[in-house]
Amino acid sequence: MTTLKSFLRGGAFIQPIWIFVIALFVFFSLMSEYFLSLGNINNILVQTSTIGLLALGMTYVMINGNIDLSVGATLGLAASLAVGLQPLGLTVAVLASLAAGIVIGAINGLIVWKTGVNAFIVTLGAMIGVRGLIFVYTQEQSFYASNFAFVDFGASTIGPFPVLAIIFLACTLIMHLVLKKTGHGRNTFAVGGNPEAAMDAGIRIGRNMLINFIIVGFFAALAGVLLATQMGASTPNLGRDYELWTITAVVLGGTKLTGGHGSISGTLGGVLAIGILRNGMNMMQVPAFYVLVILGAILITVLIIDQRLNVPTAKGVRA
Amino acid sequence: MASAEDVKQGFMLSKNQRAGLLSFLSAQGILVFFLISMLAFSLFSEQFLSQSNIMTVVRQASIIGIIAVGVTVVIIGGNLDLSVGSMLSFSTVLVVDLHDKIGPTNAILVMFAMTLLIGAVNGFLIGFMRLNSLIVTLAMLSAIQGLVLIYSGGQNVDIANQGDTWFAFFGRDYVAGIAVPVLLFGLLAVIVQVVMSFTGYGRRIFAIGGNPVAAVYSGIRKNWCVFSTYLISAFCVACAALVLGSRVMGSQNNVGQGYELLVLAGIILGGTSLLGGAGSIWKTVIGVLILGFIQNGLLLMGYPYYAQWLVTWVIIILAVWLDLAYKRKHLFTTHS
Repeated sequence: MTTLKSFLRGGAFIQPIWIFVIALFVFFSLMSEYFLSLGNINNILVQTSTIGLLALGMTYVMINGNIDLSVGATLGLAASLAVGLQPLGLTVAVLASLAAGIVIGAINGLIVWKTGVNAFIVTLGAMIGVRGLIFVYTQEQSFYASNFAFVDFGASTIGPFPVLAIIFLACTLIMHLVLKKTGHGRNTFAVGGNPEAAMDAGIRIGRNMLINFIIVGFFAALAGVLLATQMGASTPNLGRDYELWTITAVVLGGTKLTGGHGSISGTLGGVLAIGILRNGMNMMQVPAFYVLVILGAILITVLIIDQRLNVPTAKGVRA
Repeated sequence: MASAEDVKQGFMLSKNQRAGLLSFLSAQGILVFFLISMLAFSLFSEQFLSQSNIMTVVRQASIIGIIAVGVTVVIIGGNLDLSVGSMLSFSTVLVVDLHDKIGPTNAILVMFAMTLLIGAVNGFLIGFMRLNSLIVTLAMLSAIQGLVLIYSGGQNVDIANQGDTWFAFFGRDYVAGIAVPVLLFGLLAVIVQVVMSFTGYGRRIFAIGGNPVAAVYSGIRKNWCVFSTYLISAFCVACAALVLGSRVMGSQNNVGQGYELLVLAGIILGGTSLLGGAGSIWKTVIGVLILGFIQNGLLLMGYPYYAQWLVTWVIIILAVWLDLAYKRKHLFTTHS
């Protein structure tokens, strides 16, 4: 038991969530003959790419000790801009939507940095307000893509692999390396772990948080553009509740809400766990409702396991 | 001959008075903002301050308000409850669906029991298992929404014979000229405010939210207190479901989606700190009413309904920021 404990604690090179992903994968491969095929695996990767891209940025923000509830709204705004601005040219439309994501991230980050207001409140406000911006821009209309290159891109493949999946995996790799190998990544952990100590060590914590909010804004916009290419359309309500799915995925991946802990590889595991669960249960013809219940149960189970593994050694009052 | 100093004294408040005024403004800033915004809207629209309009707004705000009363208690205790939106869907679908099957009285009893049971699950996981409230209630948000869909089979529910059931009382009736939802909202707010301000129980909740370690050392049973806050929150959701189900006489199975964040917006606007240990019910009432009146005022001025979302964005952040800035005596943080 002790060895299992230390194994699960991350002493080994494999994270608990990946054990779960592999178990799910094996389970569904045995249960459904259609699950284990290249086509379906590509499918899962494309389906998870939206939440996955959001989760990459969210991981950085959460390691920072912050949270971003506005990612769903930012995704919706970017998707509407990417489709709605197409009469001006595809490049303009895509660049404008990515810029919008960066600007919203920067606004959130600047407010958190300069005013010191809790990120939960700042981004809760932004979540409501950015949704308002979408409605102001779209006038409550859905848009349909007029540019066929845009729609083709969402369905295009390189060899046997869909472009969307490749973009997602490439972004994951880059974000993993940035977090592990660069000064910015180290500072992100330091700021989340102990802001005062980070400040004393000369880290510009405000700037660090601002950059991470810009990163999450950018990824939200990228996810929005890519989702719009899949659908060939955008609706003003696109991305509602995505922030909750994203946080679920990131927490499943072992990132702590309190900051200072987390990894991109864990987040990838969390995203894949949700994706495989949804896809596999679909394949087994379980109604989609049950996935919601199972996901909730899994999230709480993960929390309990995590707590049992990390019982504080110091004696005293637990409060 | 009056010196310049005297003239100045005559016009300006003394240092003490000024400090008093400032601290009053900072403590009751949201009330001042509320009055100013009411005044501003009444200048732009004649109907705004009419009695019927005010009653309409309060009536519309009452569902969010009733839920917010319960969630405020949870937040004062240092936790969060994001599951209230899904719970509202669950309770409304349940009471409306059971109304025709087992009669209104039984339906209401079953609905309250089931809602309190969900609250107890929340309370057990957070109070006794000591899990993070944000994640637990996030998980419950998803799980309960799933339960609603399983229960209703994805269908919307409604009450067949809407004409002659006394169930209509909660959402549609008036007592002494005041709509029942408003009465219920007011009653709950007053009772919970009294409990929080004047009883030992209320003090214990504040103590736990303010400093959990100190609270436990002084012999407060934190587990039970946290557990009870989630029961209060669930009870309030059940009351809100009663009003909502009775008003609509039917329910979509995702009717409460997004309520959790609107409720939080109202609470934050009122000035209750998310950190716990501070806040009050009447501040939450003001916060919820501000959101309602802003929506109504902007609509009366001819703006589309989504204009209020942009305004909400600005005022939520401004309200919290100014409060913080006053406490640290600087508008901006100093770190880089």
